[in-house]
Amino acid sequence: MSPTATFVAAPDQDGLVLRAEGDWLLASAAELDRRLRALDLPSGRQVTLDLGGIERLDTAGAWLLKRTDDELAARGNAVGLTNVRANLAPLLDQVWTHAAGAVLPHPVPPHHTLTGFVARIGEVTLRLLRRAYSIIGFGGLVAETFAKLLRHPRRLRLPALFAQMEQAGVNAMPIVGLLSFLIGVVFAYQGADQLRRFGAEIYTVNLLGIAILRELGVLLTAIIIAGRSGSAFTAQIGTMQVNEEIDALRTLGLDPVEVLVVPRILGLALTLPLLAVYADFMGLLGGCLMSWASLGILIPTFLDQLRSAIGEWTFWVGIVKAPFFAGIIALVGCYEGFNVERSADSVGRLTTQSVVEAIFLVILADAAFSILFSLLHI
Amino acid sequence: MPGQTDDIVIRVHQLVNRFGAQTVHDHVDLEVRRGEVMGIVGGSGTGKSVLLRTIIGLQHPAAGSIEVLGHDVLRSGDAERQQLDQHFGVLFQDGALFSSLTVAQNIEVPLREHCPMPETLMNEIAATKVGIVGLPGDAGQKFPAQLSGGMRKRAGLARALALDPEILFLDEPTAGLDPIAAAAFDRLIGDLKASLGLTVVMATHDLDTLFAICDRVAVLVDKKVRVGTLAQHLQDPHPWIQAYFHGPRGRAAQAGETIAADASSSARAAPPVLS
Repeated sequence: MSPTATFVAAPDQDGLVLRAEGDWLLASAAELDRRLRALDLPSGRQVTLDLGGIERLDTAGAWLLKRTDDELAARGNAVGLTNVRANLAPLLDQVWTHAAGAVLPHPVPPHHTLTGFVARIGEVTLRLLRRAYSIIGFGGLVAETFAKLLRHPRRLRLPALFAQMEQAGVNAMPIVGLLSFLIGVVFAYQGADQLRRFGAEIYTVNLLGIAILRELGVLLTAIIIAGRSGSAFTAQIGTMQVNEEIDALRTLGLDPVEVLVVPRILGLALTLPLLAVYADFMGLLGGCLMSWASLGILIPTFLDQLRSAIGEWTFWVGIVKAPFFAGIIALVGCYEGFNVERSADSVGRLTTQSVVEAIFLVILADAAFSILFSLLHI
Repeated sequence: MPGQTDDIVIRVHQLVNRFGAQTVHDHVDLEVRRGEVMGIVGGSGTGKSVLLRTIIGLQHPAAGSIEVLGHDVLRSGDAERQQLDQHFGVLFQDGALFSSLTVAQNIEVPLREHCPMPETLMNEIAATKVGIVGLPGDAGQKFPAQLSGGMRKRAGLARALALDPEILFLDEPTAGLDPIAAAAFDRLIGDLKASLGLTVVMATHDLDTLFAICDRVAVLVDKKVRVGTLAQHLQDPHPWIQAYFHGPRGRAAQAGETIAADASSSARAAPPVLS
C-alpha cells in the first residue's frame, strides 16, 4: 500500500488527527517528505498523530514522524501519538530519544574571490619556501647519517642496498633501454630529414652523438627513474608511516634514515650512472640503425663519424650528472614518504607530488650543470 | 517460501574455501535465523573473517552455495546482486570510512546511490543515524581522521545502517575499544537489533560480547563450524572449545554476564555511553 499522510477532523471537539498509513520506509521517504511539506500545518490546536495505519516502518519513516511531531509542537500545538503498534514502539523510542535536534550543513569549501586568489598565491609561496627549507633540512639529516656511516662502514645495510639496486636498476633496464632506443630512432630520423636539405646528412651522426651523450641519455633515464623509483620510495615509506612501522623502527632503536633512506639514495646513486651508460648505448644503437635504414650510412662509417664528432669530455659530461640526479630523486622520494599523514589519501597525493618535484628539480639541476659546463668551456 | 524456511535468512551449504593448498573451510554448513545475533568465533587464522567475507560476497569460495534472503549470492546477476546489497549493512574492522568525506557524507553515500531524495531530507536522515549510533550531533561534520577509534566504529555502524538493512555484518566490532566503550557498543547493537529488527552476524574475539548479546554462536574448529547456544558450547567436550569458554577470560565473562543480568534493566534504560 502506498504511504499517505492525511489530515482529518477529529470526532471530538476542536482536535485534529493526522493519519499516517501504508509503508513509511526509506524507499518512499522522498514522496512522504513532499506530502508532509505540502501539508498546511495548524497552530495552537490539539493534534493527534494516528499511526494505526502504518504497515511497515524504518528509521527514515520514524524520522519523518518525529519531524512532523516537532514541527507541530513548534507551532504551539499539543501533539500526541495514538494507535502505536507494539512492534513499532522500540524503533519510535530509539528515534525519539536519539534524533538530532538541529541538522548542521556540510562544510562548504570557501568561495573563490579576487582577494582569496591573491591570498592563495601568498599561501602557496610561503608553503613552497617552507618546503624548500624542510627538504634542505632533511638533506642535512641524511648527510649527517652518511657521515656517521663513513666512520662505521659496517653499519651499512648491504642486503637492503643490493635489493634497492636490483629494484631500481636492473629491473628498470627494459623500459630505459626501449625508450632510449626509440628516442635515438626518432632523433636520427628527424635530424636526417632536416640535414638532407643541405646535403649534410652525415652530420646526423654528430647531432645524435652530442645530444644523446651530453643530455638526452641521462635526462631521459632520470625522468623515467623519477617516475618509477621516486614514486615507489614515497609510496613505500608513506605506507610504513601509515602503519606506524616508522615509529616501530624508532622504538626498536633503529634510525629510519639509516635503515630506509641511505640504502635508497646510495642504491640509486650507484645504479643511475650505469643506467645512463646503458641508455647512451641504446640511444646510439637506435640512431645508428635508423641512419643506416634511412640514409644508408653503414655502421663503420657511423662509428668513424661519431669518433670525430665527440670530444674526450662529451661522454663524461653526461654521466657525471647522473649521481646528482639520483640523489635528488631519492632524497625527494624519501622526504615525501616521511611527510605522509595517517590516511590513504595522503599517500597518493604525496606520491604524485614527489614525482613532479623530482622531475622539476632534475631539470633545474640539468640547467645549472649546463651553465657550469659553459663556464668551464667543456 | 512457506513454513520454517521462512525465518532462515542466511543459508551456507557445503562451503569450501581454499588459499593455495591450504583449506580454510571444509564443507561448512551454517544457517542464521531472522532476528538473531549470531557470533562467529575461532582461533586466529581459522577463517572467521573469510567466512564473513564469503557470505557478503567479497570472497569467491572454491565450492558450496550461499543463500541470503532467498537469493543465491554466488550465481546472482549484477542487478540482483545490487538489490541484495541494499539489504546488507557491513561494519568493517576499523570502520572503513571514506577518509575524504565527513561522517554525514559517508552516511549519505549509499542514500545518494540508491534512494533519490531531496538534499535536506538526506541530511536529516544522516543526522538521525548519527544520533541513533550515539554520536554527538557535531560528529557528522567531522572527518574520520578527527574521530577516535570508538567513534569511527560508531560512524561506520551509522553508514552500515544507512539503508535500514535487514542483516548487519560486523567484523570484530569491539576490537581495539576500551572495555567501557566495548560494553557500550554491545549494548548499542542489542538496542538496535531490538528496535530495528536486525539480524546480526558478527565475527568476534570478545567473550564479553558473546555472553552479552549473542543468541547463538558458530565456533570454527577443525575447518568446520559447530553452531549452538552458549549453554550448548559450554558442554562441548572439544578441547579447543573447552579451553576457549572455560579459560580464565571465559570464566570472567560468564561471571560478568550473571552480574550484568541482575542490573540489566537499569543498564538498558541508560543512554549509550559515548566513547
